This record gives sequence, C-alpha cells and structure tokens, in this order.
Amino acid sequence: MAATTTIRIQEQDFSVADNYEQLRRSAAYGAVVTFTGLVRELVDAQLSGMFLEHYPGMTEKALQGISNEARQRWQLGPIQIIHRIGHLQLNDQIVFVGVAAKHRADAFAASMFLMDFLKTRAPFWKKEVTKEASYWVEAKESDQHAVQRWNDQK
Amino acid sequence: MMIRVLFFASLKEQLGTPNVEMETTASRVDELLQQLIEQNPRWKPHLQQGTLLCAVNQQLCDTEHPLAVGDEVAFFPPVTGG
Repeated sequence: MAATTTIRIQEQDFSVADNYEQLRRSAAYGAVVTFTGLVRELVDAQLSGMFLEHYPGMTEKALQGISNEARQRWQLGPIQIIHRIGHLQLNDQIVFVGVAAKHRADAFAASMFLMDFLKTRAPFWKKEVTKEASYWVEAKESDQHAVQRWNDQK
Repeated sequence: MMIRVLFFASLKEQLGTPNVEMETTASRVDELLQQLIEQNPRWKPHLQQGTLLCAVNQQLCDTEHPLAVGDEVAFFPPVTGG
C-alpha cells in the first residue's frame, strides 16, 4: 500500500482529532506522532494577532520535497502537513504535522525533521500585529541550527 | 526575453510592488538583480540585503543560477513559518 502525503495550505482552522483519525486508518502502522503549532503571546509586546503570507505553488512544492526527503530517511506511513495563512489570533492553531509509521522512533524523528525543514525551507512569512504596529518576524538562528543537525547526521 | 519577478513579505513592502515583468538579457540571477537595481535605483539597499533568498521556478537556488525564457524568479527574506 502506497503511503499518502497530504499537504494543505488554508485559511480555515483544522481539527487535530480529524487529522489523527485519517492517520490511524491503517493497521500497518503502530505509531502516530502529531505536532500542532500555535500563535504564542510575545513577552515584550502586546501581540494581538498575526498575518501569514506564503508563496503559492512553491510552498506546496517545498513541503512535498521535504516529505520526500523524510521518506528516504525513515519508513513512514501517511504524512499530513497543514499550514494556515491569513489573519490569525492569539492561541490559534498555525501548523499541523502528523506522521504514521510502523514504530515510534521513525514517527518521532520524521515529525521533528519535517518541522525543522518547514521552518527554514517552506516560503511562509509571519507578520506580528501588536496594538501599536505590525512588523515582519525575523528569522531565528536557532532554526538554522536545528536544520543543520539533520545535515550533519546524513 | 521576458522574465517574471516576484517579491514577498517585507521585500514586497519595501519595493512597493508584488511583481514585475521585465525584458532582460540577463543569463543568471545575479545579472537580473543588477538590472533591477539599474532600472530602479531606489531598490538598491533592499535588493542588496545579504540575507535575501531567491528561487527560480519555485526552487530555492543561489544567485549564480542560470535563467531561461519564461522563468519565474522570486526574491524574499528568510522564511518564518511554522
């Protein structure tokens, strides 16, 4: 059975429960790991929300490419990647990554790998909106280090 | 040849446009960047940001990447999704 990769870029919210049910459909896989990213409150500013822009077309290609790389490293079942765009409020869900695999080690490692590469390779940009102003989020060096770890392990 | 150039996020706001269609003889991305700056001197500081990323036909690449007729070129700041 060919394992499916589902990639969705959407404005609307998603249900982790529904995604999980999709991922656990086959008895061939004994482990499902899911990750959900949320809009977090800033320490130094009154964040009221966030705006997410992306590069339509390239985003889907980049996420498909990252998923293909994960499949070369680990034995994986279905993969789901969902990323929201547009206006989001505090505590809203932004991103979902779910991976099914025969065993937990592959599912844990692949979900971490997918998030690390999503954060550094997929063309999304966050603009934080506070009560006073809005500004584009700067890329974090720690995200580059996180992805470098995987390259070192090749 | 005609090349379509896209800009995203902070760069799009700095340049004041999401895209340009341009007639060019540039054979590589860096030559195209040079031509964009010559035609729009005000764009120079924004297009010379060292952290800028580029993609040709929706694949990340470096500025030595060759160009062909009908290519879609994009410039953007480091990505911040997730």
